[in-house]
Amino acid sequence: MWLPVAIFLAVCILVILIRLAMGPTTPDRLVALDTLNTIIVVSMVILGMAFNEVIYVDVAIVYALLSFVTTLFIAKYIEKGKF
Amino acid sequence: MILNVITYICIGIGCVLNLLAAVGLHRFPDVYTRLHAGTKCTTFGSIFLIAAVMIQSISVWVTEGAFSSQSILSIHAFIALIVVMLTNPTSAHAIGRAAHRSGVRPARAVVDDLEKQKQ
Repeated sequence: MWLPVAIFLAVCILVILIRLAMGPTTPDRLVALDTLNTIIVVSMVILGMAFNEVIYVDVAIVYALLSFVTTLFIAKYIEKGKF
Repeated sequence: MILNVITYICIGIGCVLNLLAAVGLHRFPDVYTRLHAGTKCTTFGSIFLIAAVMIQSISVWVTEGAFSSQSILSIHAFIALIVVMLTNPTSAHAIGRAAHRSGVRPARAVVDDLEKQKQ
């Protein structure tokens, strides 16, 4: 029941990776990265339900917080041109 | 069982919204419209998918008793949902402001109030 959902989300991640590779400007790539991080968090929760492992959901929480910090830093870099 | 039907409906809505986010990143012409597609659709889709996980794990929790591993899984999935709902609009706002200040203009825009405000 849960493993096909994870495979479907992996297909979505592949479609987004194309935009991440061919985005015309740097903010396009950052938008694709942000979307990718959210879908990865959701697929980690789905995989934790599929294999009945709580540690996957904990990794998802930490990944969400760290990707938020990463996105804010890259946005600050785009805005000013330096850190 | 009625809970399985609700779970399948939530999974269907969440999968369709995540696929719409992935397609919208390719179909829209601009950074800001891509931000609209990529952020709102994934937030809404993650709400429905984690709600499906929580419905299943809480039903197992109720039948098996208080000390099963599904209880910890449902609570941590709820914490992950809270984190996603807090951080996703904030990072979208930061990306939009940074894109406008770095000089990317909206495609086919007629009125740009933020540009007028800066002068």
